Amino acid sequence: MVTSLSRPRIQPVKAGELLFTGNDWDFDTIRRIHDACEAVAGPELGLSWYPNQIEIITAEQMLDAYASIGMPLFYKHWSFGKHFAQHEASYRRGLMGLAYEIVINSDPCISYVMEENTATMQTLVIAHAAFGHNHFFKNNYLFKQWTDAEGILDYLDFAKGFIARCEERHGQQAVEQVLDAAHALMSQGVHRYPRKKRPDLASEQRRERERIEHGEQIYNDLWRTLPNKPGAARTDAAADRRRALLELPQENILYFLEKVAPRLRPWQREILRIVRLVAQYFYPQRQTKVMNEGCATYVHYRIMNALSEKGQIGEAAYLEFLQSHTNVIRQPTYDDRSYGGHNPYAIGFAMMQDIQRIVEQPTQEDRVWFPEIAGTGDAMAVLRDVWENYRDESFIAQFLSPKLMRDLRLFHVVDDPDEPELRVEAIHDERGYRKMRRSFARQYDVAWLDPDIEVVDVDLEGDRRLILHHKALNRITLQKEDAARVLQHLADLWGYDAVLKEIDPATGTVLAEHVASARPIFF
Amino acid sequence: MHIVDRRLNPGGKSLPNRQRFLRRVKDVAQRAVRESARERDIKDLGKDGRVTVPADGVREPRFSRQPGTGLQDHILPGNKTYVEGDTIERPPGGGGGRGSGEGGEGGENSEDAFRFVLTREEFLELFLEDLELPDLAKRRLAIVETEGLRRAGYTVTGSPANLALGRTLRNSMSRRIALKRPKPDELAALEARIDALPEDAPERPDLLASLELLRERSKRIPYVDPIDLRFRRFEPYPRPIAQAVMFCLMDVSGSMTEHMKDLAKRFYILLHIFLTRRYRHVEIVFIRHTDRATEVDEETFFGSRETGGTLVSSALVEMKRIISERYSPDDWNIYAAQASDGDNVSSDGPTSTELLRAHILPACQHFAYLEVGDENGPRAGFVEHRTTLWRTYEAVAKSGGAIAMRKVNHRREIYPVFRELFGRKDAKADA
Repeated sequence: MVTSLSRPRIQPVKAGELLFTGNDWDFDTIRRIHDACEAVAGPELGLSWYPNQIEIITAEQMLDAYASIGMPLFYKHWSFGKHFAQHEASYRRGLMGLAYEIVINSDPCISYVMEENTATMQTLVIAHAAFGHNHFFKNNYLFKQWTDAEGILDYLDFAKGFIARCEERHGQQAVEQVLDAAHALMSQGVHRYPRKKRPDLASEQRRERERIEHGEQIYNDLWRTLPNKPGAARTDAAADRRRALLELPQENILYFLEKVAPRLRPWQREILRIVRLVAQYFYPQRQTKVMNEGCATYVHYRIMNALSEKGQIGEAAYLEFLQSHTNVIRQPTYDDRSYGGHNPYAIGFAMMQDIQRIVEQPTQEDRVWFPEIAGTGDAMAVLRDVWENYRDESFIAQFLSPKLMRDLRLFHVVDDPDEPELRVEAIHDERGYRKMRRSFARQYDVAWLDPDIEVVDVDLEGDRRLILHHKALNRITLQKEDAARVLQHLADLWGYDAVLKEIDPATGTVLAEHVASARPIFF
Repeated sequence: MHIVDRRLNPGGKSLPNRQRFLRRVKDVAQRAVRESARERDIKDLGKDGRVTVPADGVREPRFSRQPGTGLQDHILPGNKTYVEGDTIERPPGGGGGRGSGEGGEGGENSEDAFRFVLTREEFLELFLEDLELPDLAKRRLAIVETEGLRRAGYTVTGSPANLALGRTLRNSMSRRIALKRPKPDELAALEARIDALPEDAPERPDLLASLELLRERSKRIPYVDPIDLRFRRFEPYPRPIAQAVMFCLMDVSGSMTEHMKDLAKRFYILLHIFLTRRYRHVEIVFIRHTDRATEVDEETFFGSRETGGTLVSSALVEMKRIISERYSPDDWNIYAAQASDGDNVSSDGPTSTELLRAHILPACQHFAYLEVGDENGPRAGFVEHRTTLWRTYEAVAKSGGAIAMRKVNHRREIYPVFRELFGRKDAKADA
């Protein structure tokens, strides 16, 4: 049952009047908090956002949401049950706290907030998610380009229904096998560069039907049975033409299989498509972790301070906020026991604050490094522009300042297996700034982090074997067992053998080779 | 802005996912459950259980880079003493300060086993799967479940709670149309027209008269008439149920050591869990005996102590009495399980045999005999000693009596023996 509250009559809160006292809150409080945050986010920070929808949920529902990667509705698959069991177990043993909120890139923007949160935490969470993340989702170019906030929930609804219907018609087992295989290839299921058209999730359902009809009519080059003219030389041109027909090389493996795999049935193709579109929807989030969290953290910090200055939250609440804020942006050093990599909240927030400093009070160094923004005076204008036009990699490459590198005491270690020891390549000094910033930015380049695997060719004249290449960057090869498993799934979907060669792009030598033959599970 | 309170939404949204997950790990989970049953105290069986399954069956493979190969870059915070060009000894376990970038993703793969908690229901489901009382055949219609209510169309009388609103309004509408009840719009239009007319218009009296007529009509034809009312009708229906009664017989005489009693109790607790869970209409009768037998309640049966000699036939006599008094074999499926150390007064053998042959076994669907022995069990090299009771029962079994016999020495044997005794026969053939 869903209870939606209609807007009750509330007097607008005057400055100097506390939004709440104590820890308790009710729906009126939430509304007052939201309106007060809005008063800061709009006029003072100049943010723009999708309309907000704030949903109060319990811990169990939060675990539910965790299990289905944060989405309010999702198709059924055992892996989500596994994640739920995993999260639940560690939650019950007290190893893991639950997030205070989950926010969904949709229009209206849905923020789930936990019922256990105190009034202060609700304020923080609303400022963070409903304004910070929401602004980022609405304005960042990656989200604008790749995601369809309006259509996502309808599309997920369609996906859920479609997969449920498939389960009814073809059996859970059969559907599960396709999903297993598709999930294994999920991170190889995104287009990294924009194609002709923006995806329009709302019309997917109609297009599914059209695609099936179209697919029944067109001709698939794989099935060519006409013999070549006798004596005709097999030219490179013919091979090129074949590759062009198959849109090769293709790094979106799921897309390739969906379109070309010869033996899949229409519903199996559609499932691949669903998994692929979901992966595509989440792709921008992976590329903007630091910026997204940095933006939201910076926004909540500004809003909470503004509320405190206006006297809308009390001292106790402000201290409580500071405590959880500092927890969130804690960055342990590399030798700390609790070190687990860079904290995107910490870096993001530090960089946003640093940009504000550069814009408002630049040093001589800043003027040299950031001539375009240093001293221009309007920090929010610069930040809004940054949030709109960058992703993690370009953001760090552009805006990580020497001062911040010194503050964080960053250093760069190179681990070369041919050398007996690790080497410190660069530290936070004049010689190291640029080098380090470049390598650091690269660590946030998803295209650099994900192994670069492409379908390069199909042996149409022989045994229809699918050939893939992994360009092994820095000679880092794939994890063997997992690669074999994924390749097995790939071969199953393809219907014939698949071979994956790991190639050192510098020299062209083959570092490793994996082969898999299709099991007769789909056909 | 909207605020939506989702807390009241029904929980268990991820239940289908969990079921799919459990189905996937069923084999390993079942093995784990049975293994844990061996170690756990049987009284805890009713609680939820933690099981560990190997990560292999539930692995989600992805293409990922092998850590520790190739050239790797790490950017780390918190430099204290290093300057450019320093070398650092490779930390044991390989990789300096892994964790930046993809390190976090790799954590999941390195997991060897996956641990999660089963609810009590799921645990018992796996634990008791494909066990059942053999030959639950007789059905009796005398006892009817009252909860067997089902919808059965509509009726014109009923309680307001069962009012079928849609049906009622449909009737109301068709009646109103049939009787030409004026619609409110028509009335309003006519009134407006009259109001708009000048005071002395010639058609005014006519219109007023027809307005009066319409008003009269709508008063006479009610919006909802009692004749329209329809109620949802429920009717009880009889559901045949199989009734069963389980006799638990236990020797509590002095010759039974604590260990043996413990074994017997474990067996019965297992049986108790199984029966109460699987069959809602199973009655259980506890009879314990020394040289006298008494029917006792569950608590006394499992809890209290007694000493005395052993006379097995006393329990059989008691059982026979109870059967004839309360559980006519025509109406009831009768099962019996007996636990004893095998001691019996030798003169009692023929009596017991006779009782079994003539009265007990013909009435019973299934008679299981569990002989509990010393913890150390029959020592190797010795010819297995057959107890008095075992020999008595063996003779009965050989001459065609439906009696299943097992011997148990150690706690860990209880569950396998239990499964043997109550395993679903057709399921075994499949496996």
